[in-house]
Amino acid sequence: METNEPITALPDRTIELPEDLSRFIEEWKTRPGNLIMVLHRVQEHYGYVPRDVAFEVAARLDVPLAKIYGVVTFYHFFKLRKPGRHQIAVCMGTACYLKGGEDLIKELETILGIGLNQTTADGEFSIEAVRCIGCCGLAPVLTVDGQVYGRLTKDQLADIVAKHRGG
Amino acid sequence: MPYSQFVLVCAGTACDSCQSREIYSRLTAAVRSQGLEGRVQVVRTGCFGFCAQGPVVKVLPDETFYVQVRPEDAGEIVAEHLAKGRPVKRLLYGGAGRAAIADIPFYQKQFRIVLRNCGVIDPENIEEYIAREGYEALATVLTSMTPEDVIEQVRISGLRGRGGAGYPTWKKWTFTKNADSDVKYVICNADEGDPGAYMDRSTLEGDPHSVLEAMAIAGYAVGAHQGYIYIRAEYPLAIHRLEVALRQARELGLLGRDILGTGFDFDVELRLGAGAFVCGEETALIASIEGHRGMPVPRPPYPAVRGLWGRPTVINNVETLANIPVIILKGGAWFASIGTETSKGTKVFALTGKVNNSGLIEVPMGTTLREIIFDIGGGIKGGKRFKAAQTGGPSGGVIPESFLDTPIDYESLAKLGSIMGSGGLIVMDEDDCIVDVNKFYLEFTVDESCGKCAPCRIGGRTMFNLLTDITEGRGTVGHIEQIHTVAHAMQKASLCGLGQTAPNPVLSSLTYFGEEYRVHIKEKRCPSGRCRALVTYTILADKCIGCTLCARRCPVNCIRGERRQPHVIDLSRCIKCGECFKACKFGAVQRS
Repeated sequence: METNEPITALPDRTIELPEDLSRFIEEWKTRPGNLIMVLHRVQEHYGYVPRDVAFEVAARLDVPLAKIYGVVTFYHFFKLRKPGRHQIAVCMGTACYLKGGEDLIKELETILGIGLNQTTADGEFSIEAVRCIGCCGLAPVLTVDGQVYGRLTKDQLADIVAKHRGG
Repeated sequence: MPYSQFVLVCAGTACDSCQSREIYSRLTAAVRSQGLEGRVQVVRTGCFGFCAQGPVVKVLPDETFYVQVRPEDAGEIVAEHLAKGRPVKRLLYGGAGRAAIADIPFYQKQFRIVLRNCGVIDPENIEEYIAREGYEALATVLTSMTPEDVIEQVRISGLRGRGGAGYPTWKKWTFTKNADSDVKYVICNADEGDPGAYMDRSTLEGDPHSVLEAMAIAGYAVGAHQGYIYIRAEYPLAIHRLEVALRQARELGLLGRDILGTGFDFDVELRLGAGAFVCGEETALIASIEGHRGMPVPRPPYPAVRGLWGRPTVINNVETLANIPVIILKGGAWFASIGTETSKGTKVFALTGKVNNSGLIEVPMGTTLREIIFDIGGGIKGGKRFKAAQTGGPSGGVIPESFLDTPIDYESLAKLGSIMGSGGLIVMDEDDCIVDVNKFYLEFTVDESCGKCAPCRIGGRTMFNLLTDITEGRGTVGHIEQIHTVAHAMQKASLCGLGQTAPNPVLSSLTYFGEEYRVHIKEKRCPSGRCRALVTYTILADKCIGCTLCARRCPVNCIRGERRQPHVIDLSRCIKCGECFKACKFGAVQRS
């Protein structure tokens, strides 16, 4: 959830939505409660909810842009900023917390030189903390692009980062 | 020729992350290359529960249980065990002596109703579910029972909501059934937000049809024709398995129009959550399905009267629903014979934390915590001392050693100041600081508070600040008084369960671990060393032999000293990570 980038003013440009996303919106347009499902699709495609796409969705679904902004910033899952090409998510559920999830975050911050919810200058990596990903038996756990790494110690992190870099 | 041997490979999330997919494909390839494909079937199943020992592979009919299997082992399992009947001893749990599941203590005290098919069937194949009496309950209900009969069996069973609060399921169904409306809904709450809990995820991944079948039964009982499963977007595998299950059920006419030719229509749609803990609350969940911010509204009216899109709606949790087909088939009385006076059936727990056998377990209500942690869980990791068990996550509380023999049910846990919760069971040892853990829970609830009502929004933040003061050495006796005042206000005045229960972890730990808070406040000391601001590391000159290990481990290079001479920590640069304390083999690094 990021609250410091309000979508104000007019879009930078109008955007052509990709074919399948466009079709999905048409399909869901008349169904009640469609907004969150559409936003999921948007984020699946772009990796986040870009400003100009939000304008387009608002127009197509006929909902106020403020409503979209309200929903996007309410739910942790939605992002307003483009994440890195490789997204590292460190689990901070209780089991992982007890077993040193925090140390993993600190070590990653040192290795990558960025803080939580930031992206490296070359756009390769971003780090986020997530709530339980449901692998508590493997704590502490992190995922890179959805791939789970469990039973971690912090000296394994440099290798994991190296493995994904450029990949 | 029918298959005579089966190899079950766990494809739950934890095993999946340990290359179980690769194990599956290598097993399949090896079976083919050995010419065994007519005789041996390799199946990807849901979670076996024994996550700490994953990836897990089981061979039937002899029930041989292999643990920590690696892809390289696949060839040997096929060549030795399947082809020649000689189990691969080095992969058996606990060495050669324990070959079968029945011999493994982790499973001996378990009793599986909810997880009956997890680790047994291929969740992506409806035929396997049907072969295990799947959809038989739905057929029975639709052909020979009235909605009243169905609710009566659920009433007799004594089934209570497994999401945490323990409200009798039959009452929810009755209220919804009696509500006057031509359109009603059934919602399955699969927004498992409690950090440290993954019961619902594993159930959906391992046996998705059991939930779909139960939703159709619930629909029939209350008069609904549409169901929604509200599931976390963070559970991609569970979503995938549900999508497959929905498609297969529709193809066979077990969902959709005119189910089994009985004239009953019922279909289910998935709706994705987006990472908001508060959406586990019924009214917030409804708001989220409707496409809004997930903010709760005051109850009554309850969803049973005015729910989704203003229509009567019954909302049940995944685990609650997974019990329903069994209750119908075996009868409410059978179900009621399991458990305690007030809590019937079983409970699934995600047993995690500092316990040897982390995993997913299902035990009859009334099992004691000691049995769960020491018999099933195999005791505390690394021979450390048990400190506390936490149930109910950010809404629950801690249970100290003196109450380990309490039988688990809704009432006895509530009496201890905790709650049953959804099934997170986290074990803490002597290295964990109670104040620090509670600060963690409060940070969670503060972060997840929707901000609608002031008691939760402001109260949570205030409590968090008070605890931060205590962990950083600014605590006073007044802090504890203030915590009680704020907690009382939050419990009484918050709009929904999130705020009302947020003070529980702190209050229960003050009851049982008040002394630990006192030491933090009065002596400015953290006995477990977790609260870094209260800890100082020094090297005892008379014990240090100058081996230089601590200096090499120190990440900020603040330990100096000549080889074979006592070392010294530069406290001005020490970040109190404790690496030197852990590294020293001579007890020369002191934590105070």
